Amino acid sequence: MAAIYRRELKSYFQSMTGYVFIAFMVLFIGIYFMAYNMMGGYPYFSYTLSGMVTIIMIGIPVLTMRSFADDRKTKIDQLLLTSPVSVGKIVVGKYLSMVTVFAVPVLLSCLCPLVIMMNGTAHLKADYAAILAFFLLGCVYIAIGMFISSLTESQIIAVVGTFGIILLLLLWPNLVGFLPTTALGSLIGFLLLWSLGVLIVNRVTSHTGLAVILEAAGIIVMVGAYLIKKGLFDRALTNVMEKVAITGVFQNFATRYIFDAGGLVSYISIIFLLIFLTVQSIEKRRWS
Amino acid sequence: MEQEERALIEVKNLVKDYGGHLAVDHLNFTIEEGRIYGFLGPNGAGKSTTMNIITGYIGATEGDVWINGHNILEDPEEAKRCIGYLPELPPLYTDMTVKEQLDFAAELKRIPKKDREEEVLKVMDLAKLADVSGRLIRNLSKGYRQRVGLAQAVLGFPPVIILDEPTVGLDPKQIIEIRDTIRELGQNHTVILSSHILSEVSAVCDHVLIIDRGRLIASDTPENLERQMADASGMELLVKGEEEEIREIFDTIPQIADVSMKESGEELVKKVTFRMTGTGEGGADIREIVFFAFADKRLPILSMHVNKASLEEVFLELTADDKFADVEIETQEEEEL
Repeated sequence: MAAIYRRELKSYFQSMTGYVFIAFMVLFIGIYFMAYNMMGGYPYFSYTLSGMVTIIMIGIPVLTMRSFADDRKTKIDQLLLTSPVSVGKIVVGKYLSMVTVFAVPVLLSCLCPLVIMMNGTAHLKADYAAILAFFLLGCVYIAIGMFISSLTESQIIAVVGTFGIILLLLLWPNLVGFLPTTALGSLIGFLLLWSLGVLIVNRVTSHTGLAVILEAAGIIVMVGAYLIKKGLFDRALTNVMEKVAITGVFQNFATRYIFDAGGLVSYISIIFLLIFLTVQSIEKRRWS
Repeated sequence: MEQEERALIEVKNLVKDYGGHLAVDHLNFTIEEGRIYGFLGPNGAGKSTTMNIITGYIGATEGDVWINGHNILEDPEEAKRCIGYLPELPPLYTDMTVKEQLDFAAELKRIPKKDREEEVLKVMDLAKLADVSGRLIRNLSKGYRQRVGLAQAVLGFPPVIILDEPTVGLDPKQIIEIRDTIRELGQNHTVILSSHILSEVSAVCDHVLIIDRGRLIASDTPENLERQMADASGMELLVKGEEEEIREIFDTIPQIADVSMKESGEELVKKVTFRMTGTGEGGADIREIVFFAFADKRLPILSMHVNKASLEEVFLELTADDKFADVEIETQEEEEL
């Protein structure tokens, strides 16, 4: 794992990607910091970070696109996968190297609250908590990018796919507003989601019998619950879908100055889930 | 055989199904210690797939692989430690130097830190890489990349070294060098190399496994395979005489089949080809029988030539659609002439 971590990290700084990424991030942190905090006189650095959420949406896909897609294309995965190293360690090694590159501009940004303090009142606790949340949000995005990269051979597809998903997550709170809030609407929504889930299970396991049983069970349970207690489904779909909006946790830190510990735990859980999925996607490819 | 041997690799009932296309079809074989094995087959026979399964790069649809007693699925890390693998395309990071690549591979292979430097130097010496150790792999020629790949596979000197078409794309001098290195390795290691080039396999290997369409169709030493074919080997005569007379003589020799006769261009001289199907009474050589038969009739044999089956013919014979691919063998002969 250490070998892979070191090699990946070195390669980010040999291929310029690392430098360009860091320079890009630092440039925009500087611009926002100057505009909001220095010129605008706003005493919270977290406001700058809110602006950076859209910037990492562009930066992180570029950082992660190469991670697995390139290995697969150049067949270097043959070296990694035939070495006495488990897939989990390969994935974690690569993931940590990307997190390290991302940590550089985040650490540099830790100076900004101090600059604010030198010029007046600063809210160090709120700002550093926001930096932590921002860092973890970035780590979630890196995990998403790595997972997408493990699904494809093409870096272009990886970068566009990651960008699309992060953008979707950013717009999610607004999109949820379009969902139906009636009980019947929720039921139909859940049935569609369930069917989609079953379809994925079917594709992965190629077991038709299982899929049919799951689909039937889902329909019976949901329609049954709907008939027995209709009230359960009021606004249920929107409530569930709102949970997917991962930027909400960061907004709690950045605009409401709340230390959302539960939110941080959910970020870390999402990271673990995505690392697990990346391992699975690599393992699965070897079997198909 | 000569000494106590044990199975280093055991492949049992291996199947790989690529969505309806069987790349490997119930393959069984064992690899014993201390020999050089040749994995021979036409393009698309399933050689690379089999090697990729043995090394744990891809999973099999069915069947098991044991390496040195470790199952590749249940105990993959131990099993993979016993193997050094050079795939068709050497897996090298183009943004690293040769030395960095080998250091990285040494760490991946979990060679203890204190031995790493020494092991890397050893393989660089073996593959003659000392001159390019500081150069970026991106700037190396195909031949050098192949050598770096070989060095990487040999690194740590695992008991089994698997090489997938190690000489493809190299110039003749490099091919000879790589072969020499393989022979050198074969003295202390079990080497499996795949190839569709027969001369390579007969030049380097102690044992040949021929596979075709995912199935093992022959497994023997190159000499034995050639000998098996010797029965069916052909003979070519230049005889001076009338066709009628020659036919009569051949009719008296039962161990001969498929006689065909052509004008040779010279007056009265016929070019006769036929197949020998056995030996004469008491193991007498067919050539003698033929010679005396013609001598009795006072027909002069101007030349006699035995087309000894080469591994090439064995290969074509075994991998051809129908079992008797005489036509192909003949055209092959003519090309050589």
